[in-house]
Amino acid sequence: MSDTHAQTVAYVRETMLPERAPPATVVGPIGWARENLFSSPANTVITLVALAFVYLIFSILIPWASHNTWSATSLADCREMTGKDHGAACWGVINERWRQILFGNYPEHLRWRPILDLVLLGVALAPILFTNLPRKMLYFSAAYPFIMPWLIWGGTVWVPVLAAMGFVIGFLVIKFGEEVLGSLLAMVLAVVVALVWWLFLLSPLSDVLSSILPIGLEPIGSSRDIGGLLLAFVIGVVAIGCSLPIGIVLALGRQSNLLIVKTLCVGFIEFIRGVPLITLLFVASTLLNIFMPPGTNFDIVLRVIIMVTLFSSAYMAEVIRGGLAALPKGQYEGGDSLGLNYWQAQRLIIMPQALKISIPGIVSTFIGLFKDTTLVSVIGLMDPIGWATAIRADTAWIGVLWELYAFIAVLFFIVCFGMSRYSMYLERKLKTSH
Amino acid sequence: MTTLSDPPKESFRLSMLLYDTRYRSMTIQVIALIGFSAFVWWLIGNTAQNMAALGKTLSFRFLWEPAGYDINQRLIEYSSQSSHFRAAMVGVLNTLVIAVLGCALATVLGIIIGVLRLSRNWIVARIMTVYVEMFRNVPVLLWIVLAMAIMIETQPAPRAFKGDDATASMIFDAVAITNRGVFVPAPSFTSGFASTGLNWLIVLLVFAASIFVVRLVRARATATQEATGIRPTTWYLQLGLLIVPTAIVLLVMGLQWTSPELKGFNFKGGLHLRNSLIALWLALSLYTAAFIAENVRSGIMAISKGQSEAAGALGLRPNRIMSLVVLPQALRVIIPPLISQYLNLTKNSSLAIAVGYMDITGTLMGISLNQTGRELETLLLGMLIYLTISLLISAAMNVYNARMQLVER
Repeated sequence: MSDTHAQTVAYVRETMLPERAPPATVVGPIGWARENLFSSPANTVITLVALAFVYLIFSILIPWASHNTWSATSLADCREMTGKDHGAACWGVINERWRQILFGNYPEHLRWRPILDLVLLGVALAPILFTNLPRKMLYFSAAYPFIMPWLIWGGTVWVPVLAAMGFVIGFLVIKFGEEVLGSLLAMVLAVVVALVWWLFLLSPLSDVLSSILPIGLEPIGSSRDIGGLLLAFVIGVVAIGCSLPIGIVLALGRQSNLLIVKTLCVGFIEFIRGVPLITLLFVASTLLNIFMPPGTNFDIVLRVIIMVTLFSSAYMAEVIRGGLAALPKGQYEGGDSLGLNYWQAQRLIIMPQALKISIPGIVSTFIGLFKDTTLVSVIGLMDPIGWATAIRADTAWIGVLWELYAFIAVLFFIVCFGMSRYSMYLERKLKTSH
Repeated sequence: MTTLSDPPKESFRLSMLLYDTRYRSMTIQVIALIGFSAFVWWLIGNTAQNMAALGKTLSFRFLWEPAGYDINQRLIEYSSQSSHFRAAMVGVLNTLVIAVLGCALATVLGIIIGVLRLSRNWIVARIMTVYVEMFRNVPVLLWIVLAMAIMIETQPAPRAFKGDDATASMIFDAVAITNRGVFVPAPSFTSGFASTGLNWLIVLLVFAASIFVVRLVRARATATQEATGIRPTTWYLQLGLLIVPTAIVLLVMGLQWTSPELKGFNFKGGLHLRNSLIALWLALSLYTAAFIAENVRSGIMAISKGQSEAAGALGLRPNRIMSLVVLPQALRVIIPPLISQYLNLTKNSSLAIAVGYMDITGTLMGISLNQTGRELETLLLGMLIYLTISLLISAAMNVYNARMQLVER
């Protein structure tokens, strides 16, 4: 049958012809350009205008930037080197002042400490950011919050050790008190014990211990010496680290059906979100000491960190609440039907999913927080922008503008852009849907 | 035979406060309330003690004392003899001015950039991506300070406009951009009422009335279309109604523009937009526009392609698809984050203090605070004002959300 058929329709081709390459005008760079740049007359015009714009930018930027003025010691020096009054970058200012923009007045012989801190930050973050690293590294991540301020501020080693002990004691109270007192009472007791430990026992104990075993680092003169990008990092890292747990607690409070708890959380969140950060920083610089018991006078950087943390935890709470609200109700009910109690359900079922949903929001809050650290220059702390103002007031560099701000902008850009790219990577990795 | 008896009545035990779910939530709330009250009590106690030690009492009487400082940009009558309260009001108005100007410019720029970022022209889309990333990842304070420095240091001084060998020239003989600010023509009325505010109010009322009439015309056109299937052509009527009444009012009241003129070492006449206003306005708008562009882009991308394809299958033309199908749905996604960007811009306008723009942070929480030494009162008032503005904006957002919510059947 098939034989006869094959004979009757002899024009049917039996062998496959090799594919022919598509015409050169639709593939490769030419095809791509035709499709994306010159698909219609209007598109062509737009492309040409855009190209002209890009050319204009680069024709100004490259000749401006490509002057070798790195060794200049003043703006006048630069002008002499290039022979131009304007239109030439004066990189000498970066060469001479980059240490201040990065570290502020941090003592020169101690600068290895912030650098080590940054390296350790990478080590501490690595197991959190990349899940294929050994889980044991998380112990170091847990210790990092206590190592970091100690390295920056110096002083005796016993204060951070004893502060960490407070958490250990609280944990032990919960662990052993749970059977005797029940989980709720044990938790309250743990908080009370830890607070008593920190507020009343920590400083005398650390005095005693440091007089017996004086181990420590050389303390820095005053925390006003911490400046430049270092200050932005200190405030940013601490506030980011603290605002996430506080934000989670606030979000849970706002979602809870306990009326008083809910009202308190909503009031706090809406108040903080309703006022600009700068007013909170004014509170930090002028009012916070009035709210404290008479005689307390604690560090301005610490005060700023407290206010920035409160500020960003309110935003964090809203982001996480969004994640909680996006979870289907079945997840909560599923947790209940398995017999899990509130905290177990939160820890094992709700939070992992809610946090995953809110990753983009959390990271953009982090980015916003890191950018907002520049506001401390308004209350007189010397962050990069504060230093830029100071350098521009220096007689040698009056009139320097673009180089300085471009340098600072690039510093911030690298950090913030890096964070946003990481969040996109994380989103892709955690995506379980198709 | 068994006798029916009541179940033994459960007596209340103290441990039930902890282990019985009926009472436990009560216990937790009472503990929370006690803790919170104790905290507030502690704060108030500390504050009272510290204030007493400093010899201060909480009093808002300073608000009615003469402020004793000048404010260079004011919308209402103000002199250094006016009260601190008056100064605060000038500050609030200045905050509102920068907020309104900033929101308007940021919206326009943001929409253009967001749409262009979706352009099929690769190079345009890339340029817009660079813009968005550049502005989003650098602190707004840096943009503000940079804009101020550019205005002061790179713009020509007024005397550069002088003489025959002037190195700078005015744009269209009307706008002068100098290092002391931007001078633009100022409108004024020759034959209106004495009060400028009243004149503008009349113009505004007439314009609002004509918008109302235009809406009536549009509603009638829609009614006709629904009755007969043919939409009457009304665009010339609408355009005429929109422009003519306002133009007549302006003409009757004798509107004229006074251009700035160089007199001595500075420009006189016209409207003087100070450097601080321009720098703050541009920096805030450019920064917020990057965020709005992202909102616009995600809003448009959120509308599935099937929507526009279905509309095309119904025979709608591309511009009708955009205005009738895609845009109404995209707006529902875009507007809530857009309003929260407005909120952010308003709060960021408090950075005015970095460039010396006299908004509420600069007057009440700046100079008034320093002159009277009343940190607690001024900061409380300032926060209250910002809180009111924010809550008003979010109330507007809630009303909008409620109106735009999908009506599900």
